[in-house]
Amino acid sequence: MSETQEHVLNIIEAEEMNPKFKYELIKKHGAEKLLLCFQCGTCTADCPISRFSDFYRPRKIARMVQLGLKDRLLSDDALWLCSTCFTCVDRCPQNVEIAGIARVLRNMVVKERSAMPLVFEELALNLLQTGYVYKIPESRLRRREQRGLPLLPKPNLEHISKIFEVTGFSRTLKNVKTFGKVKS
Amino acid sequence: MSEPAYLLFLGCVIPYRLSSYEISARRVLEELGVKLLEMPDFNCCGFPMEATDYELALTLAARSLCSAAQQGLDIVTLCNGCFGTLNKANKTLKENNELRDKINENLREINMEFKGTTEVKHIVHVLAEDIGFEKIRNSIKRPLAELHVSQHSGCHLVRPAKYVTHNDDPENPTMLKKLIRLTGAECLDYLDESECCGNPIIGVNEEIPFQMAREKLRHVKAVKAQALITVCPFCHMMYDLDQPRIERTFNEKFGIPVLHYTQLLGLAMEYTAEELMLNQLRVKPTELLNQIQG
Repeated sequence: MSETQEHVLNIIEAEEMNPKFKYELIKKHGAEKLLLCFQCGTCTADCPISRFSDFYRPRKIARMVQLGLKDRLLSDDALWLCSTCFTCVDRCPQNVEIAGIARVLRNMVVKERSAMPLVFEELALNLLQTGYVYKIPESRLRRREQRGLPLLPKPNLEHISKIFEVTGFSRTLKNVKTFGKVKS
Repeated sequence: MSEPAYLLFLGCVIPYRLSSYEISARRVLEELGVKLLEMPDFNCCGFPMEATDYELALTLAARSLCSAAQQGLDIVTLCNGCFGTLNKANKTLKENNELRDKINENLREINMEFKGTTEVKHIVHVLAEDIGFEKIRNSIKRPLAELHVSQHSGCHLVRPAKYVTHNDDPENPTMLKKLIRLTGAECLDYLDESECCGNPIIGVNEEIPFQMAREKLRHVKAVKAQALITVCPFCHMMYDLDQPRIERTFNEKFGIPVLHYTQLLGLAMEYTAEELMLNQLRVKPTELLNQIQG
C-alpha cells in the first residue's frame, strides 16, 4: 500500500459516523456519562497502559464513541489493553467511567462480532468445566491435604452451566472466533 | 463477645498458585481470633468474564453473594480482584433496580434471589477495621524493628472510589502502610506507589505489564526497600513469580523479595518461615530472614 493510500484511508468519512451510537451506549451500565466527556485528556495522561502503548488512548476511545465510529472502535484490538486499574474513573473531572466504556465496547465485540482474545475463551471454558478459571491439578489438591488445609470448595457446576445458558454465553462460546496477542 | 466469623472466598489464583498466601492468612487470622468458614460451594467471582459479558459476570458474582447471604455471613477475600468484583456487584445490584431485576431473573433459574444482605470485605479491611490496630499490636511477639519495606496496595482494593466505602484514600492509600508499621517494620514511600501491576492484561500482551513492573521494581529499589509487601495474588505473581523473567528481559537485576502482608505479620507473630511458606517465594528472602532471626 502506498503512503498516499494509507493516508486517505485514515480520513474519517461522514458516512462512517453514526450519531445514534452514543445514545445506544449511554443506556449501558458504566457508560451513562460518556456525553459529558469534554476531551481534557486526564484519562490518557494518567493511564499506566498508555505510558507504554502506542495504541491504547482512553480519551480517543471516548471521542470516537461520541462521533459514532463504531466500526473503527470494534475492530481495534487496542480495546483489550485496558487493565481495569480504574485510575481514569477516579480522576475524570466529569465522572465519566472510561473503563466502563471500554468494558461495554469489549462486550459489544463479543456479542456482535463473535470475537474475543483466546485467553478469555480458555478462562471461560475452565470455569464452565471446573468452577475455577484455572485448572487446578490433582497434585495440588492432595498437597492441600498434606498441608492441613481444608478441602477446596466444590464447584456448583449445575448452577454455572445454567447461568451460562440463561445469559446466552454458552451460545457465544460456540461461535466465537479467537485472536491471540494484542500489539503494544 | 463471640469471635468474628467470615466466609472465606478464596478465588481461583490462590488455590492454583499461591498457597503461601492462603496458609499465612489462615494462621494470622486464627491468631487474632477470627473464625473462617468455607464457601458451601464455589464459582469464580466473575472478574475475568466482565470483559466478555458483563451480565454473566454480574450473575456469577450475585450467585456467590446469595450463597453467603444464605449462610448469614459476610465474605472476606484475600484477592483484590475478587474483592473488587464482588463488592462492585453487591453495591450495583443494591442501587440499580433495573440491573437487579435482570440479574434476579437469571438467578430464578437456580432458585436464588439477590437481596443484598451481605457485605464483602478484603482481608485488609477485616484487619484494619474489624479487628483493629490495638488487637494486632498486642499479637506482635517479635517486632520487626530495623526492617525497611515498601507496600503495593494494588488497584481494586481502593478503586473505583465510589464503590469502595472503606476509610482509605485511593490517591494515597495508607491502610496497608499502617498495618505494616504495626509489625515494627518501617514502610518506605516510593515513586508512583498507586500504579497498577499490569497483570490483568498479561494474557493479551506481556510487554506492557513487564515494563510497568520494571518501573515499579526500580522505584522500590531506589528507596532501598528490603521487600515489597502485597495483598493481592495477581500483583504478587507479577512482582515475585515474574521477577526473574523481568530481570532477564531488561538485563537488569532487582532481587527484591515480595511478601504477602500476612507473611510479614506472621513473622512478627513469631511463626517460622516454614509455617508461613516463605520458601515458596520465587525471590528468596534470605537476607531479610537472617536479619529477623539474627
